[in-house]
Amino acid sequence: MTATETPRIGVYVCHCGINIASRVNVKEVVEFARGLPHVVVASEYKYLCSDPGQELIRADMKEHNLNRIVVASCSPLMHESTFRRVTAEGGQNEFLFQMANIREHVSWVTEDEGEATSKSKALVAGAVRRVAFHEPLTREKVPVNPNVLVVGGGIAGIQAALTMADAGKKVYLVEREPTIGGHMAKFDKTFPTLDCSACILTPKMSMVKSHPNIEMMTLSEVAEVHGYVGNFKVKVKKNPRYIKEDLCVGCLECIESCVYKEAKFPDEYNLGLGKRKPVYIPFPQATPQVVLVDPETCLYLKKGKCKQTCLEACDRKAIDFEQKEEISELDVGAIILATGFKAFDPTNRLPQYGYGFYPEVYTSLEIERLLNSAGPTSGELTTKSGQVPQTVGIVHCVGSRDKKTNVWCSRVCCMYSLKLAHLIEERTGAHVYNFYIDMRTPGKGYEEFYERLLQEGMRPVRGRVAAITDWAMTPEEEGKLVIRVEDTMIGVVRRIPVDMAVLSVGLEPQPDAKEVRRRFNISCSPEGWFLERHPKLAPVSTFTDGVFLAGACQGPKDIPDSVAQAGAAAAEALALIDRGYVEMEPNTAWIEEELCSGCKSCSGQCPYNAIGFDDEKARAMINEALCKGCGTCVATCPSGAARQKLFLDKQIYEEIRGVLSYV
Amino acid sequence: MSERFDRQIKYESDLDLNFAHQIASFPGGERIFDCIQCGTCSGTCPLSVYMEYTPRRIIAMTRAGFKDEVVRSNTIWLCSSCYSCTVECPKEIKLTDIMYAIKRQAIRENIWPKEFKMSPMMTGEFFKLVEKNGRNSEGWLMMNLYMKSMAVGDALKIAGIGMKMFAKKRMSLKTEKIADPAELRKILDAAGSEMELIKEGAKEVVHG
Amino acid sequence: MKYLYYPGCSLKVTGKPYEDSLLAVFNALEEEIEEVNDWNCCGATAYSAVDQMKAFALAARNLALAEEQGGEKAELVAPCAACYLVLNKTCHSIQDYPARVGLQVKRALKAGNLTYKGTVNIRHPLDVFANDIGLEVIEKRVKNKLAGLKVACYYGCQIVRPYAEFDDQHQPMTMDNIIKALGAEPVNWSLKTRCCGGSLSATVSDDALSLSRILIKEAKRRGADIITTACSLCQFNLECFQEKLKQKGDQPGETEIPVAYFTQIMGKALGIDEAKLGFKQSFMPLETLF
Ligand SMILES: Cc1cc2nc3c(=O)[nH]c(=O)nc-3n(C[C@H](O)[C@H](O)[C@H](O)COP(=O)(O)OP(=O)(O)OC[C@H]3O[C@@H](n4cnc5c(N)ncnc54)[C@H](O)[C@@H]3O)c2cc1C
Ligand code: SF4
Ligand code: SF4
Repeated sequence: MTATETPRIGVYVCHCGINIASRVNVKEVVEFARGLPHVVVASEYKYLCSDPGQELIRADMKEHNLNRIVVASCSPLMHESTFRRVTAEGGQNEFLFQMANIREHVSWVTEDEGEATSKSKALVAGAVRRVAFHEPLTREKVPVNPNVLVVGGGIAGIQAALTMADAGKKVYLVEREPTIGGHMAKFDKTFPTLDCSACILTPKMSMVKSHPNIEMMTLSEVAEVHGYVGNFKVKVKKNPRYIKEDLCVGCLECIESCVYKEAKFPDEYNLGLGKRKPVYIPFPQATPQVVLVDPETCLYLKKGKCKQTCLEACDRKAIDFEQKEEISELDVGAIILATGFKAFDPTNRLPQYGYGFYPEVYTSLEIERLLNSAGPTSGELTTKSGQVPQTVGIVHCVGSRDKKTNVWCSRVCCMYSLKLAHLIEERTGAHVYNFYIDMRTPGKGYEEFYERLLQEGMRPVRGRVAAITDWAMTPEEEGKLVIRVEDTMIGVVRRIPVDMAVLSVGLEPQPDAKEVRRRFNISCSPEGWFLERHPKLAPVSTFTDGVFLAGACQGPKDIPDSVAQAGAAAAEALALIDRGYVEMEPNTAWIEEELCSGCKSCSGQCPYNAIGFDDEKARAMINEALCKGCGTCVATCPSGAARQKLFLDKQIYEEIRGVLSYV
Repeated sequence: MSERFDRQIKYESDLDLNFAHQIASFPGGERIFDCIQCGTCSGTCPLSVYMEYTPRRIIAMTRAGFKDEVVRSNTIWLCSSCYSCTVECPKEIKLTDIMYAIKRQAIRENIWPKEFKMSPMMTGEFFKLVEKNGRNSEGWLMMNLYMKSMAVGDALKIAGIGMKMFAKKRMSLKTEKIADPAELRKILDAAGSEMELIKEGAKEVVHG
Repeated sequence: MKYLYYPGCSLKVTGKPYEDSLLAVFNALEEEIEEVNDWNCCGATAYSAVDQMKAFALAARNLALAEEQGGEKAELVAPCAACYLVLNKTCHSIQDYPARVGLQVKRALKAGNLTYKGTVNIRHPLDVFANDIGLEVIEKRVKNKLAGLKVACYYGCQIVRPYAEFDDQHQPMTMDNIIKALGAEPVNWSLKTRCCGGSLSATVSDDALSLSRILIKEAKRRGADIITTACSLCQFNLECFQEKLKQKGDQPGETEIPVAYFTQIMGKALGIDEAKLGFKQSFMPLETLF
């Protein structure tokens, strides 16, 4: 067909089960559509997106020689691509199609049936009049760069990187900490099988380091992202380590020889529970296994004055105090975000639990470090005064399921609390209480793990702890922390004296999630978790093509789920790369040269820097590969020279006229 | 047939399933259905150790329609309005307001446990004094209470303290009054009663 | 700025020493304060147990009177914890439930030829002293430094819960900071806002007794010489039942401690004559402490 042919339009109104049909009188809308100009057929169907629904359209196109299609159904985000494909299969250009959203914009948000039906008619009228002016368009094919960027080196990032590297792709793994491993590297054991975290994680970490296809960049963060799916240009900022990574072999001689004889600075990796020197390694299996110098505490870097005994001690000359921040530029075709979570910090946020006030109140993450044989106490758990605890209380839902902090369930805390109960009991022989609201153990082998803990004598109390205090009512309570809670199964309030209280802190989005979101041009849920394209059907995709999600940055998740999701994200990225090209949306803008006055109003406005200027002709010009079709220049141009495919003035005006003529 | 033990079972027909909706329609009651039965309220409540049903159970029973038990319980009379539960509840349920709402229901129905006869009596006396004078006169409130209450023992127990208060000039029988109590009564009459209001309120979009 | 003062029923009788010392302290700090004319009962706890609507109307009359007298943005000082709470609650409810409470209150006030625009700011004296007048100013005015005096600051329930924004609900510090500015030493304890038994002392006094007992014992355990309060009911519960505790078997001294209004202590430090601070009205002598 050519655009000059007389339009022969088919209109299809979907019931979407009862989603639309329960509010909108579909029959009436179809009847109305039949009366619109150029409409040859109009019909309805229960689910137009289903196979028979699609077939209905294709068959009509043949039988009635239709050359334009309108579907009134759900949001274009949902099924525009489906019906464009159907239109193409019916023998027409896929852009000779228009969708009217009568679900999200009508049936779901309108109470009155009469109003819903009239609004649907108005939208259908607009779509019919618009589609009559559609023109065939073609999609550009752009080759995909086969390299991949993974941001975040926790278990999710590691898994995704290894999967893609094994498939032969070049992977850049960017991690902002001095070592990869994320939270998992901090644990001693992992639920429900109690495998040693180090035993299963460190081999993967060293595989990352040694894999010929992976370039690991630690102490690094993504500073800028440009480009589009298949062709991203990424700037990575690497903070100085003051150590030449390729020279350091991790012998740790420098630490030994530092002018500070004692380690005296709080050690970040151990949440301040241990001490380190200005030159240090976060933990023995850190990857890369090289030291780093902290500029805040190093005498030379801070004051410029130090004997620099470390320099002499390093016979590989790996220490380099002159290192500066470095920027590198990467070209990648796909990006996987795996930036993980932040553990809830109860300081000042839940004062009734006395964290930061009573020394024997710990967070679960601190206990993980204290139980870890590579941790600050080599795995020995004692109170700050050196006593082996006899009773320990683990408090669930700290910073979860609570309107004052975070409303969501953090999903992993019940299980890790059971794990900690087991480990504490095993190491110290203490009686361990678990105070929970609901014991949530959905997962393979999880309920069995709970049962095991019950058999081991863990003491469950169903009730959210009201307060942890140190005032004594009975002699046994003297000198202890007292946990006050209603045992809701029994219906009485109990006071339980303990030597240690462990707060099972929830999972929160990273504090910089909002900035990262903006940098990668993806969306966040209101809480700050990265938003997937569809919660069920596209859980690792985002609304930005070529950017995928893995692990806890998308929402609270345990290790098995993070790993599974990382695999899925890698598969999606591989599918994109192995196809070799991407088809661009054709709705880009162009400049009508004769109309352009060369005023440059548009170029400054373009958010994607897609507008250049031809100095000879003194005309603006748009780089189609960079244009994302946002329409800003079209609206900006005072001379009407900026035009956009699929959003031509006549198309838009016709649509408005259609809507208004009905209203 | 006579059974040896009381049957503890509850039949749906014994319950008042509308009760929770009634409580929910008082200002402050709106979130009652959000309760997850975590027990934070009971744990934090300084009086729960004496209560027949802990605050959490009051919510559960109200929701399930155990109106009789709730209205007759000593819980609502033991509540000291300290607002601990209200500020600690993770679902921001205004429990103290709910306790009040149930207590007012009990007063309307003239029901209270006998150890608590002092409470409704005090409330009633207070109400009367304020309606009459616009202000409470603490001395008179105490006097009226002890004259009315049959609890001579109680009266004697506290009498010592009362006398001392008089001696220290921290109690007096002077009547405190506003200039024109009749004017105030007009306001109170025009305010109407809360029972009318919950009908109007059902439509209100609840803020906060 | 001139503050308006809402005494409430208690401060005229059981809490007389609170009123006297409060006004004396305002005077000593050269801050103007003026009683709201013809105020009525706030509608306190007991009242709202009968009819919530009438309680709101009662409280609203006071707010309307304060607005009339003090103009827009009047600063209304309500020292009694219960009054402070009820007045605040009324303001919040008028806003949160415009149909059920807001309109009805308007209608009620109209019957008494009053209106309330909603501009009155309800303040607790702790808030005024610490945040308006300021700790430095207070510190400068101190004539008798209370060095060595260990004070357990007790805030009670209803000042910081559920509305007050001027301090933390779990570990409030305003009173502690004021006490520190006077040269005394506030003790660190975790029961600052635990209930003293409230009005239960009048109805089921035995049970209420154990609540104040917990507080007194803990204050003593932390080494306090005195408990300071900011509410006449708290003061009464903590002070006046100590004898009864002894009758019930507490050892002499075990649960004995002077209990004063924080304003009495302030007054003392600011050099005000004890007679003006109601020291003589305490059950347990305060004079000997200094
Ligand atoms: C106390 C505790 C105990 C737990 N125990 C268990 C258990 O026993 N079993 C189990 O299955 N699960 C457990 N979990 C859950 C487990 O921690 C998570 O499932 C897992 O860590 C998620 O992995 P991740 O890679 O998505 O995120 P993370 O482990 O958080 O890793 C994210 C990584 O990304 C990096 N990063 C973040 N932002 C950026 C950025 N902008 N640029 C570059 N890098 C960035 C971080 O530094 C980090 O290295 C526990 C959780 C907690 C809190
Ligand atoms: S604290 Fe709130 S959610 Fe928990 S049981 Fe009490 S009312 Fe319900
Ligand atoms: S307000 Fe009542 S129920 Fe709530 S904690 Fe205080 S005394 Fe208990």
